[in-house]
Amino acid sequence: MTSQNGDRYKLILGYGTCGIAAGATPVKEALENAAGSGEFSIDVDIAGCMGYCFREPVIEMIDSKGNSFLYGDMTAEKVERLLSEHVIGGNAIDEWLVKKSEDPDFGEGDFLKNQHRIVLRNCGKLNPESIEEYMETGGYEAARTALAGMSCEDVIEEVKISGIRGRGGAGFPTGMKWSFARGARGDVKYMICNADEGDPGAFMDRSVLEGDPHSVIEGMIIAGYAIGARQGYIYCRAEYPLALKRLDIAMDACRSKGFLGKGIFGSDWDFEISVKKGAGAFVCGEETALIASIEGKRGMPRPRPPFPANEGLYGKPTNINNVETLAAIPWILAHGGGEYAKIGTEKSKGTKVFCLAGKVRRSGLAEVPMGYTLRQVIYDVGGGVQEGKSFKAVQMGGPSGGCLSADLLDTLVDYDAITQTGAIMGSGGMIVADDSTCMVDLARYFLSFTQEESCGKCVPCRLGTKRMLEILENICEGKGEPEDILKLETLAEDIKDSSLCALGGTAPNPVLTTLKYFRNEYEDHIFNKKCTAGVCPALITVKINKSECTGCTACVKVCPTGAISGKKKEPHSIDPETCIRCKLCISRCPSEAIYTE
Amino acid sequence: MGKGCSCGAEFSDINDSGPLEEIIEKYKTDKGALIPILQESQEAYGYLDEIIMREIAKRGGYQLSRVYGVATFYTQFRLQPIGEYLIRVCHGTACHVAGATQITDEICNQLNVEEGDTTEDGKFTLESVMCVGACSLSPIMIVGEDTYGKLKPTDVRKVLKAYTKADSKEDDQE
Repeated sequence: MTSQNGDRYKLILGYGTCGIAAGATPVKEALENAAGSGEFSIDVDIAGCMGYCFREPVIEMIDSKGNSFLYGDMTAEKVERLLSEHVIGGNAIDEWLVKKSEDPDFGEGDFLKNQHRIVLRNCGKLNPESIEEYMETGGYEAARTALAGMSCEDVIEEVKISGIRGRGGAGFPTGMKWSFARGARGDVKYMICNADEGDPGAFMDRSVLEGDPHSVIEGMIIAGYAIGARQGYIYCRAEYPLALKRLDIAMDACRSKGFLGKGIFGSDWDFEISVKKGAGAFVCGEETALIASIEGKRGMPRPRPPFPANEGLYGKPTNINNVETLAAIPWILAHGGGEYAKIGTEKSKGTKVFCLAGKVRRSGLAEVPMGYTLRQVIYDVGGGVQEGKSFKAVQMGGPSGGCLSADLLDTLVDYDAITQTGAIMGSGGMIVADDSTCMVDLARYFLSFTQEESCGKCVPCRLGTKRMLEILENICEGKGEPEDILKLETLAEDIKDSSLCALGGTAPNPVLTTLKYFRNEYEDHIFNKKCTAGVCPALITVKINKSECTGCTACVKVCPTGAISGKKKEPHSIDPETCIRCKLCISRCPSEAIYTE
Repeated sequence: MGKGCSCGAEFSDINDSGPLEEIIEKYKTDKGALIPILQESQEAYGYLDEIIMREIAKRGGYQLSRVYGVATFYTQFRLQPIGEYLIRVCHGTACHVAGATQITDEICNQLNVEEGDTTEDGKFTLESVMCVGACSLSPIMIVGEDTYGKLKPTDVRKVLKAYTKADSKEDDQE
């Protein structure tokens, strides 16, 4: 049976970690069964994350005219109706559609319309396990051209012209970094890709590695050639098994095509890549700690200088770039550094990928030009906060970054503009908080993270963050003292000034920014013993609104301490002495009659 | 500790043809191989107990203090065995603001287990992990290889039930 209009459809299933976690595997099986049955004129393929994480699992359907239809929240059960109505009947199912190319304003169309995709150019479009698909889009041409006709200096110059800065967070100019490693003395040099994406709330490196591993490998080949390194390492988190698997597949394909190994692309240049699996240590995102880890040691940072460009892995000149930076390199060489530099602000060029998550309506991958405002990212791309809630803060840069309030939403996405606010551009995590998020608790959360991840080598970080965490825990438990705010500020400045590496140097940022922009919440916790967001258990009371309560007894059944009492079909009440404020009753109540105060 | 002793004598469970020998052989020429050796040993034996670490030190030519130092530095390495099912609750930022703490609390409550520990029957080990990178599904728990997203504390019981009654496992998945 073919479709009514004789169309053949290509169906692409988003098959990254986020899609699989949302249930893409049964959908994949259903699609493959349908394709195998021969009943439908369809071709089924997979791709990495399309960015629409909020509607996973997603299927993009492309007809023979090139029109695209994106379906969201798919299940194996929905596949049959999708195929019979759309493929055979020729009618799109509007209620399941996320967007369609015929009408860019339909549904969630503005999520992608407001983005500018360079790093994510192939993510969600190509099968990441097929080198042919990558090559059909011009993949590996940039590396081939560089090796065939450009000097190492030409390559570095092109990257300098582009103005790209390191996307791992610090924002150091990539071209300059390369020229340091190029200029360093030594026959043996190393090229490392930092894929140790440890910031909680950041998943752009994972998405790029899962969705487009070849662009990262091509970026490494170019970088290795430019600085004079014949050996590359990709240091990737072990928690990213799919990324590791797709990297392996991609590297094998490269070897068989002669893009990795001896005399690559028919030149006399050798380049090989090994993957090193991280073993779970946030501090290994720091360059010198990462190098120690590749060497098989405890991942502890060391003082710089000497910088890795001169003395890095095994004491040899080493260049380290982040996944996102490397994925942009082939585009820069193919289109010219000048073309890249046209995008962005005076000092921050190109685009930046953000991971929108938290209380934002559309969570997913957003790649925007530098110079966008935070408001544009969160509202135009992210669709603002969930219905019925109000925006409170955006957290950028993970545990090293800061929380910004609503009046800073017009801040530009620009390294220097964001640093001025006290936050950092960071690697790209962007967590939106609404009125149900307690900023003191959020600061405590980040401090507990950095405290846990502190390697313990230097005192300010090891002990300083511990002291700060203790003060924050006291405040959240209602034991805060009036002088705590000053203590926190003093400790924070000392830790920033005297820590050995950036982990300690930036650890106080979440506390300092919340103190700066949400001081009233600290004061509420300390002086009024109140948590207005209803998060800190010691500072809230759980109550039942008698006029809303129907006496269904659902809350009584889930209460672990037996604190709720009342007759069936009559309003219930909670004994504050027995209640442990676990809020299980709130999540169970069908009439939303239970609230915190 | 188990059948081993602290004198470093050979341990009969780890014979020369076992996986450890293969792993050490595979990385013989790689000077930075201690971490992959530990990773693969943990995969083969489930966890890194004292005897395995001693053998790695002896056969791989590392100082025991270095092996132990590396094994205790990285969170991936376990020095204790885990239960039949490993429950990982994500405590990344997105999951934290979405209520991951309540999920962990409810699992502790349901299984009568502390975070980081294994239930008495050896069925479940409960762990908190940092971001698994699937933030749009927050809060998330992973049981074995199965991911459960957009959880409410009241969903926990149903999820766990699927594993206590092994046969109904497939039906209860979301």
